[in-house]
Amino acid sequence: MTAQTPQPAQDEPIPMPVLLYSEDEEDLRAAVRALLADRADAPGVIARVESDTPYDPRLWKALAADIGAAGLLVPEKLGGQGASYREAAVVLEELGRSVAPVPYLTSSVVATEVLLALAAQDGPVVELLGELAAGRRTAALAVPFSAPAADEAQPASAVTGRLEGTVTGVADAATADVLLVPTTDGLYAVETSADGVTVEPLVALDLTRPLATVVLDGATGVRVADAASAVPAVGRGLLVGAGLLASEQLGIAEWCLTETVRYTRERHQFNRPVGSFQSLKHRMAQLWLEIVSARAAARNAAGELATGSPDAPLAVAVAQAYCSGVAVHAAEECVQLHGGIGMTWEHPAHLYLKRAKADSIAYGTAGRHREVIAELVELPAP
Amino acid sequence: MTVTFPAAEIRRRTRELLAAHPPATTDRTEFLKARFDAGLAWIHYPVGLGGLDAPRFLQHVVDSELAEAGAPDNDPRRIGIGLGMAAPTVLRYGTDEQKERFLRPLWVGEEVWCQLFSEPGAGSDLAALGTRAVRDGDSWVVDGQKVWTSSAHVARWAILIARTDPDLPKHRGISYFICDMTDPGVEVRPLRQITGEAEFNEVFLTGVRIPDSRRLGPVGDGWKVAQTTLMNERVSIGGARIPREGGMIGTVARTWRERPELRTHDLHQRLLTLWVEAEVARLSGERLRQQLMAGQPGPEGSAMKLAFARLNQQISGLEVELLGEEGLLYSDWTMNRPELVDFTGRDAGYRYLRSKGNSIEGGTSEVLLNIVAERVLGLPPEPRNDKDVAWKDLSR
Repeated sequence: MTAQTPQPAQDEPIPMPVLLYSEDEEDLRAAVRALLADRADAPGVIARVESDTPYDPRLWKALAADIGAAGLLVPEKLGGQGASYREAAVVLEELGRSVAPVPYLTSSVVATEVLLALAAQDGPVVELLGELAAGRRTAALAVPFSAPAADEAQPASAVTGRLEGTVTGVADAATADVLLVPTTDGLYAVETSADGVTVEPLVALDLTRPLATVVLDGATGVRVADAASAVPAVGRGLLVGAGLLASEQLGIAEWCLTETVRYTRERHQFNRPVGSFQSLKHRMAQLWLEIVSARAAARNAAGELATGSPDAPLAVAVAQAYCSGVAVHAAEECVQLHGGIGMTWEHPAHLYLKRAKADSIAYGTAGRHREVIAELVELPAP
Repeated sequence: MTVTFPAAEIRRRTRELLAAHPPATTDRTEFLKARFDAGLAWIHYPVGLGGLDAPRFLQHVVDSELAEAGAPDNDPRRIGIGLGMAAPTVLRYGTDEQKERFLRPLWVGEEVWCQLFSEPGAGSDLAALGTRAVRDGDSWVVDGQKVWTSSAHVARWAILIARTDPDLPKHRGISYFICDMTDPGVEVRPLRQITGEAEFNEVFLTGVRIPDSRRLGPVGDGWKVAQTTLMNERVSIGGARIPREGGMIGTVARTWRERPELRTHDLHQRLLTLWVEAEVARLSGERLRQQLMAGQPGPEGSAMKLAFARLNQQISGLEVELLGEEGLLYSDWTMNRPELVDFTGRDAGYRYLRSKGNSIEGGTSEVLLNIVAERVLGLPPEPRNDKDVAWKDLSR
């Protein structure tokens, strides 16, 4: 007997982004992977996150400037590579695979996208974009890492150009040179070294992506957008951040499955490799299925962003609603199927579990993204 | 000799066919025969057998030109087993005579095929099959029982595997035949299912004589031949392109929108989760399709089959619950014999019951997970204790 798929396709064309990887993307992947294998192996990452300098400046320079990853989203005339979200997504897949501690997502994607959304032709925004694209400086958007959208970003207040307020849980603020601060009076670019700015590091669940509380006490900065343009720009940054985070989650899940398969093929118990037990095999095969699906969802989000499709917000919400869970599931299975060694500090599985779990909250939880979907496709709550 | 087939050449040949046989004034079967003879049926097949030895990914050029011109298609659902399973096997293992005899009427749809593989005691462990074929001069005499045979009641031909040497281990003593369903000794009985209808059949084979000229592949090598058939079955699953909300999720989403009185918070959460999973499955299907178009087939087809099986069951289960009081009812238990299985037609109860088969038919989900684990992930195989034992000595 033969299984059948659901209803056959309609004849009308269905516009879809390309979900495969191009040769250029594979070349970029190979370059990033080789660099990370060389400079960010697991023991190195563990040692680094316990030090006072969580980010390795040499690794960042090689990734951001030498490979040119920091400027992928920035047009060439502003000093970037003029590539697209697809390429940036490939970089994030690799960064997810290595849980490398670098401010790529926060500076090269989210902060960069906020500035790009302002569509400035010259002045401080263009100057800062050029520096971010070259990897000379990094920036962080001063909103909580868990904020799903611009309207939940709790802006600081600004009175006659002096900023007041406390923003909690800002990712990569501790290592950033510049903070992009949404306020009631518009968006400000504030040097972290400026007077009246205190960045207090927090003890974060995810050791590889530092969080800090930003306290602004009469700080001054450059106002780069008025309130009316700031809100959509911040929204755009958070949308792209959420969309491309799915690719990082895909990378995390892939590493977790690959390592678990490798380990269970080698580890013997009851006179057999543990990977030959059906109860374990099925769990790994199930993860593979989820990863196949997560790849399609993540590629679709990057592709819809790249084409500027009106469906991009839906594609991003679908990717986040799906990929968050896949990364967490893969990391949890990785710890479990590694048995005792999965619980140790020296094995890197815990880094992935912590990153996956933190990522599931970043830029909105899966549940929050499902609410967005409910609105977009008109499946209202009771 | 290497011939290149640019899309333009394929398009030119298609337009020639359309010009010579205008669809508006040509009989359906005559058109399909002409299309076969022009090599535009399955262009990757050999010249003279409905193809042009052209790359498979160019088939869409033919299909879209013909669809645009309103040409009849060959109804692949009714003749799916012939197209998806029998044809690739005949092409690979058949003699020239067999290819000439069988492929054209199969593709045109004049002859329906069915598949006599599964038995009451050999489902997932297909190689344990017990139907016997005993040599008698130029023929084989076949006795046994097959089950879950779709289309057997309308089929002219069947692909059949039977045991020809019980003294060998189970995978080695099997041979592969083409069985004439009109021969004496072939008895087809409807098999009524959980849904009340009879999509499938039981087939009883009693002293059926099959000439040796209808054997495919060497005696005793039938398991290897069957692998070709089964590989093609899996490839054919999950390749279709579906729009957003195209499958069962569309039905339940429509009910949700149209009937606010049925909504609860619990069902809303479950509906949204399944909506996301259905959308992601659709995207995975699209990615697989793009891979195939780019000439990069991957193992993702197994993933699609597994995903749709689970999703169909969960979505239809949710739908029955959403309908509440109505979900307690069922449209019709009368036994009938559907020509096509319409997964999104009929009512929620039917969809719920029928979808239970999705994780069993065409390879159970458990067996597919083993295949993914072993062939895709490279995990060690299950230990076997039947590999070197003669079939007749295995416990049954």
